[in-house]
Amino acid sequence: MGFENLLLGFQIALQPHNLLLAVIGIALGTIIGVLPGLGGANGVAILLPLTFSMPPTSAIILLTSLYWGALFGGAITSILFNIPGEPWSVATTFDGFPMARNGQGGQALTAAFTSSFVGALFAVVLITLFAPLLAEVALKFGPPEFFAIQLLTFSSFVGLGGGSALKSLVSILIGFILAAVGLDIVTGTLRMTFGFTDLMKGFDFIVAVIGLFGIGEILLTMEEGLSFRGASAKIKPRVVWETWRTLPRYWRTFLRSCFIGFWMGFKPGGATPASFMSYSFAKRFSKHPESFGQGDIEGVVAPETAAHAAGGASLLPMITLGIPGSPTAAVMLGGLIIWGLQPGPMLFKEKPEFVWGLIASMYTGNVIGVIMVLAFVPLFAAILRVPFAILTPLIVSVCAVGAYSVNGRMIDIWYMLIFGVIGYVFKKLDYPLAPLVLALVLGDLAENALRQSLIMSQGSLLILLERPISGAITIVALFFFALPAITPWWRRLRGLPAPAVSPRET
Amino acid sequence: MRAADLTTAFVLIAGGVLVIWDSLRIGIGWGTDGPKSGFFPFWLGVIMVGACLVIAAKAFRSADRTPFIRPGAIEPVLKVLLPATAFVLATPWLGLYVATTLYTAAYMRWIGRHSWLSVIVVSVTVSAVTFYVFEIWFLVPMPKGPLETYLGY
Repeated sequence: MGFENLLLGFQIALQPHNLLLAVIGIALGTIIGVLPGLGGANGVAILLPLTFSMPPTSAIILLTSLYWGALFGGAITSILFNIPGEPWSVATTFDGFPMARNGQGGQALTAAFTSSFVGALFAVVLITLFAPLLAEVALKFGPPEFFAIQLLTFSSFVGLGGGSALKSLVSILIGFILAAVGLDIVTGTLRMTFGFTDLMKGFDFIVAVIGLFGIGEILLTMEEGLSFRGASAKIKPRVVWETWRTLPRYWRTFLRSCFIGFWMGFKPGGATPASFMSYSFAKRFSKHPESFGQGDIEGVVAPETAAHAAGGASLLPMITLGIPGSPTAAVMLGGLIIWGLQPGPMLFKEKPEFVWGLIASMYTGNVIGVIMVLAFVPLFAAILRVPFAILTPLIVSVCAVGAYSVNGRMIDIWYMLIFGVIGYVFKKLDYPLAPLVLALVLGDLAENALRQSLIMSQGSLLILLERPISGAITIVALFFFALPAITPWWRRLRGLPAPAVSPRET
Repeated sequence: MRAADLTTAFVLIAGGVLVIWDSLRIGIGWGTDGPKSGFFPFWLGVIMVGACLVIAAKAFRSADRTPFIRPGAIEPVLKVLLPATAFVLATPWLGLYVATTLYTAAYMRWIGRHSWLSVIVVSVTVSAVTFYVFEIWFLVPMPKGPLETYLGY
């Protein structure tokens, strides 16, 4: 049954107009992924206002292509410049940059792009198989179930996100509070506007994303000091071919990394831990673990495959449940709402051409992407050789344009600047930004789900535990929320040493 | 880091108190057809104040006396932040495109020490491309100033 749907999707994704959008999206995305300060979430946010006038299917194809492009772009800077453009490319630098320094940059890039392709493709195939089933189940969900899933989403940031659990919790709360500012559409009451008319429309998540991730990131990069001393970026077709011939040898690593990536990425905030986990697994199972860190091609394959499998997987809960698995998916979900679509399982029934066009475009986007990046690596790498005195004002003004175009309000550019400073401070103090953005996007949906649940139960919160599905999800969520409090106590009980500080998703 | 951590926690506590106060004003109980508008923000505020108090207590006991920002790193950060603020300040008066041109030119000249020729070529090209993409291609209007009015846009 899924097959003819997919065919319908391909008919849409393969229209010349949509293929062109995919090419544009990947080119822009790769540029954005290469530039410091402009990540996937940001690029999608800046471009989002331009898609308001497009048909939703074309718009989402453009944005997902941008997303794939940004993922590819991150690999270029990690390998050639030792600068991870995205947190999930950090593990790629461990072996990618030594390879490039040893004159094997071409091999490292080929391996990275091919692994990205394999990981993403694996995720897309699983999405094709499981999305309809998951949507079918989700159709039976009522408000309590949806609120329970929201709880689960945010609890996994607190329980599994690494870093300070309390600060993760505070970030989530700030996001929800900012989402509540302005007119409450259910009751018509003004909330937290304190008499300022500018606050009536609330805070737009696009502006917040652009400020937090764009401006904040530039401030951080400037503080650390920029130094772009890159390795050569030439890829000869012969090198590509020879690398491809050696890659099947690592099928075990590919397969393991695909599963790690998909499993971690399905839950929010998964791409970064997935890439680290996959790297350390590859090292542990390797016959020559001592070569890791010195320029082992397997050390590039493992994190890249996992990061992209996770990046693909984060779109699954977005299209089936309306819960984004990553900040970028959150921005796309906001886009769906703006285009007038109701995210969630009903999309499969009401807009099959949208959902299947999107899924099919993930296949075409990845094929186009891997070909484009292999062909144009030197061009993309040249972007980083542009002097930072040109890049900085360029990025700031592009961010300003993006923030203004959302609503055409000057105040949004100010908000962007303020969010930029907040993003900088929060990043330094280990308050995570991803949950804040997710909460800002999901705020109204979560509040409405909670409201409707409470109306159903005449005001008793126990309804979340009484219904079987929502009860099970809520219990898991509560367990995750409690996990940071339980873990130290459990470790002391068993006499285990304190764990190393785990890396944090943005 | 300790001072910055404490300050942030207290700013967030103040914000949380503000949220609670506003929620109490509009009602946190049960209205005629469901929870009142203040219900959800009220509990968000309460949990946030609680969490921030714990964070503040932890920060208070911590011995981390490293500065929030390395002394030498303040300058590069301000070199981005101040021109960006000036750019945003100028935008409503000059329009976004003129402000972008001036901002790019000034930044390239004073921070990057590029030659005047490349300064002029790059800054004008950047604005012209932005103008073409947004005003002509995607029909998204940006803030405009006297120059655009003079040119008839």
